[in-house]
Amino acid sequence: MSQTLLSVRGISKHYAGKAVLRSLDLDILDGEFLTLLGPSGCGKTTLLRLLAGFERADSGSLTLAGQDLSPVPPERRPLNTVFQQYALFPHMTVFGNVAYGLKMEKRPKDEIHQRVTDVLGMVQLDQLADRKPHQLSGGQQQRVAIARAVVKRPRLLLLDEPLSALDYKLRRQMQLELKRLQRELGITFVFVTHDQEEALSMSDRVAVMRDGVLQQLGTPREIYERPENLFTARFVGETNLFPARVMAVNGERIDVDIRGLPCDLRKREFPVVVGQQVNVLLRPEDIRVLAADADHGFAGTVIERNYKGSTLDSLIRLDDGNLVLASEFFDEDDPAFDYRLGEPVKVSWVDGWEWMLPMDDADDAVAV
Amino acid sequence: MMLTMPSQSERQPFRTAVLILVWSWLLLLVLLPNLLVIGASFMSRDPSDFLSMPLTLDNYLRLVDPLYLQVFLHSLYMAVITTALCLLIGYPFAWALARVDKRWQTLLMFLLIVPFWTNSLVRTYAIKLLLASNGLINSALQSLGITDAPITMLYTEGAVIVGLVYLLLPFMILPLYAVFEDLRRELLLASHDLGAGRAATFFHVVLPLTMPGVIAGVLLVLLPAMGMFYVADVLGGAKNLLVGNVIKNQFLDARDWPFGAAASVLLTLAMAVLLLAHRLSRRRLGEEGET
Repeated sequence: MSQTLLSVRGISKHYAGKAVLRSLDLDILDGEFLTLLGPSGCGKTTLLRLLAGFERADSGSLTLAGQDLSPVPPERRPLNTVFQQYALFPHMTVFGNVAYGLKMEKRPKDEIHQRVTDVLGMVQLDQLADRKPHQLSGGQQQRVAIARAVVKRPRLLLLDEPLSALDYKLRRQMQLELKRLQRELGITFVFVTHDQEEALSMSDRVAVMRDGVLQQLGTPREIYERPENLFTARFVGETNLFPARVMAVNGERIDVDIRGLPCDLRKREFPVVVGQQVNVLLRPEDIRVLAADADHGFAGTVIERNYKGSTLDSLIRLDDGNLVLASEFFDEDDPAFDYRLGEPVKVSWVDGWEWMLPMDDADDAVAV
Repeated sequence: MMLTMPSQSERQPFRTAVLILVWSWLLLLVLLPNLLVIGASFMSRDPSDFLSMPLTLDNYLRLVDPLYLQVFLHSLYMAVITTALCLLIGYPFAWALARVDKRWQTLLMFLLIVPFWTNSLVRTYAIKLLLASNGLINSALQSLGITDAPITMLYTEGAVIVGLVYLLLPFMILPLYAVFEDLRRELLLASHDLGAGRAATFFHVVLPLTMPGVIAGVLLVLLPAMGMFYVADVLGGAKNLLVGNVIKNQFLDARDWPFGAAASVLLTLAMAVLLLAHRLSRRRLGEEGET
């Protein structure tokens, strides 16, 4: 397993009396693609700025490969930043922008020329070296910003929502390109985004944050399939939530009551006792929509259908008024697949595909 | 001037009217008088009609006469010192102004603008009252026992420069403030991030990006500093003349209009050179620097 490259311990930060980061611990592994994911105001950008050295933490420590980073000013930290708005120097050419960091290191001219040319080739900008930033498209400016940061061969590259200014198609393309760059360069990437899709598709590990607290740290698959709390479950992807009460515990199985319907489910890692409230979580793609005469499932009515190309998303109102989102892949062989609006159906799922979380007081479970 | 008549102008009467107004204003009150001055500078002096034929270059040749050349150089020297002082005070002031809290920014801007509500001639006399031998500063120094006799401050080169700096400082600060407002903090962070310390960031990023403001400020200070004759009249005494005094004297006292016109054409040419430098510096920054 990879070594820890940068270790964040007990970092807290306040702005005007408001806590932005609350005693945060995080280990960034050497060579990984780590994404900080969270809604705006969760502290992800502040954490990035602390790593870069633009801000000072109120307390806690930052250790990079055994060296205490706190007293090191940004210009002497072996890490570089790709800014959200690129922050290219408008008075310098593309070449000048990329060469800037190496000039500051007082590298010999030949070496600067060689390294800048190499890195511009890597981001396919070698033809545009003499252009000024304002003569470039958004995507090209983005590449310059990346080239300018990686040419210094940092231990760690910090990326602050670098793709948020690009349109959807270009963003997808840059996501792939960033992944490729990261593989080729072997640099550790710390990527900040509020886009969960982006986080899942690009990262080795995702750190989900909320209100300055780390909610969960894990692989995209762990985050999506085994969320540790309701916030993560709701923030990453769509989730259908079924509050349930434990009726009986039989070894590896438990009986729960979901809205009056008894279900026999697999027991999860947390301890359960009879009478306890739990949340049963189901992703839309785990939901099965059955005909109204099926012998199991929750009865409801289709109230919305969205054709998504590869899937058909249906919104179903259960008889008790709750809404369930189902996302089904097309099955040409299933004549019953297409539902009409207002058609009565039953909603179920494949046993074992559900996820369960204990319901604690902090969960605002009612406010779904 | 970027004003061009649109092809569909006949369909927009208001727009056409405004354009005609602006163009007539510029043609009648800016271009025409300047052409008259240029024309006058090539004519001969006439005691009764002010101007007469034949056309001549004598007026320009007289400008290099040691007597006038000396006045011109001394005026330039005082203007350069004034500009340097304005830049030295105005640059950090504008930087700070662009960085402080928005509430403070409004107040500071207000304080910067307030003096414009009083005529600059009146304010020049106010400075005279401060600097005079029996003025406010000398009385204060004497009553505090710091000096025994009044210090001569009025009618010196220093007095003229103080007056010019006082009157012209806002003209340096305002364009500088504009460029500092546009200077994104992220660019400074990016520079630090790439390994540049404070000094390197200043010379490689801040200074080049604020250069249009510096040149605009110099434009607005250097030339007026050579022309504000009443400052030299009130504070400078006989020895500290500005080019503006020479021009004024030729028109009003010596009644030599052609020579006065030639001197003022010289100032206009100097302005044109500076404007050209300003344009070049902005073009270097590209369109992004223009906005």
